Amino acid sequence: MNKPEIIEKLKTIVKPYVKNQEAFDNLTENTDFITDLQINSANLVDVILDIEEEFSIIIDNQSMERMPDVKSAMEIIETKLSEM
Amino acid sequence: MNKRVVITGLGVVAPNGVGIDAFANSLKNGISGIKHDAELERLQFSCQIAGKPEVSTELALQYFSELELRNFNSSGILYGVIAGIDAWKDAGLSLKINNEPDWNSGTIFGTGTSGIDKFRESIYKIDDFQTRRLGSTSVAQTMNSGVSAYLGGKLGLGNQVTTNSSACTTGTESILMAFERIKSGQAKRILAGSTSDSGPYIWGGFDAMKVCTFKHNETPEQGSRPMSISASGFVPGSGAGALVLEDLETALARGAKIYAEVLGGNLNSGGQRGLGTMTAPNPAAVQKCIRDALKNAGIHPNEIDAINGHLTATSKDSLEIQNWSQALNRSGADFPYINSLKSMVGHCLSGAGSIESVASVLQLHQGFIFPNINCEDLHPEITAIIDATRIPLQLIEKELTVIAKASFGFGDVNGCVIFKKFKI
Repeated sequence: MNKPEIIEKLKTIVKPYVKNQEAFDNLTENTDFITDLQINSANLVDVILDIEEEFSIIIDNQSMERMPDVKSAMEIIETKLSEM
Repeated sequence: MNKRVVITGLGVVAPNGVGIDAFANSLKNGISGIKHDAELERLQFSCQIAGKPEVSTELALQYFSELELRNFNSSGILYGVIAGIDAWKDAGLSLKINNEPDWNSGTIFGTGTSGIDKFRESIYKIDDFQTRRLGSTSVAQTMNSGVSAYLGGKLGLGNQVTTNSSACTTGTESILMAFERIKSGQAKRILAGSTSDSGPYIWGGFDAMKVCTFKHNETPEQGSRPMSISASGFVPGSGAGALVLEDLETALARGAKIYAEVLGGNLNSGGQRGLGTMTAPNPAAVQKCIRDALKNAGIHPNEIDAINGHLTATSKDSLEIQNWSQALNRSGADFPYINSLKSMVGHCLSGAGSIESVASVLQLHQGFIFPNINCEDLHPEITAIIDATRIPLQLIEKELTVIAKASFGFGDVNGCVIFKKFKI
């Protein structure tokens, strides 16, 4: 799976949780889930569960703490996919 | 200085009608909401009929976002939020989102359990080592105060936001707690109500106690028979009722429609002493509750036009009539009209008091007494105390001034509220 594919899937996953539509429309690798997209911090665990389901991976607690933005999330997804 | 308290909005999600218009129509026409329940049959319940409000996904989406409905599995919160928001809108209050909370408005919205299906789902996950997969809303859906928390957020309430719980007295209690808070000037407006989850996990315990009827699985609409000689236990129900209680001055100042006035009432307990137990009411306490409610409301027993009873369709109905008769010192043809909504919707448990209060207030506002169904064969112990004409089997159109509504619950707890047609 290449980067544009991952980012497209990620966009579909976060879409229902996004409170800032403009930031979502202009989403880049540097977009932060909480400060830019204004996703409720409690919903981040739901985003993680949706990512796990979509990519058939498991994201452990340590990795979860290291993915505040699109870029880090993509890195972790790529790493987990490569481990399979 | 004590404030007068009036009702300015109503909302209801009942087995025989969702929304005030549908519900009022069912009330007047004696339409039952009791149906056969395939899930109860599959699970081999003794009682396989129930009262369950019909709420479509389309309707739910008018009150919840798609995101909120993802992994949502709490029927009690669903009913409570719909009834609550409907009452708010009916009161002519805004749903506009402001940054500042509405400090003068709160909610006291009761329930017995919350999200029992969500709770079950969560327990299965936890036992399967899947705790991390519970998602972010299992707490909000299963905490008892979930319903008031959802409502508080949707309406931006800044006064007290809480959930009360006192078994089948819950809904009547929430009205009286709201009344006290407004009367004492601590809030201008309280959304009072209560809700109950649907389904086998809420009803199973009652089925096990053999307090539900098992004789009407083929004839659901005839199953709930309060005051009848052939009453054979209650029919489990569910749903929610909501009433906006408001300080009279505030209501008048904004030109609100006023359904009725809450004159007062009483809450007490029989202490599980005397004849009172965990499951049976102490008659001394029931009578005292009614008498103290009248005293609190400043009403003479002869002023009561109609009673909306608790009357569940168990062997305790005769005792309830006796308690009313003794507390009011009225009997025979002098007894007020009395009816039981449970004949149409079953026993909506923690939702009962508020759904039945909505029915009572509609009777005052629109001038009618809804018919009792399924009691053509009145219990002789009841007709020995009060005249059969006091138990209407047909709709009576009549101006009423005062209605007394009581609820009694497990734990030997009682509540009685007095509603009056509003006059300046």
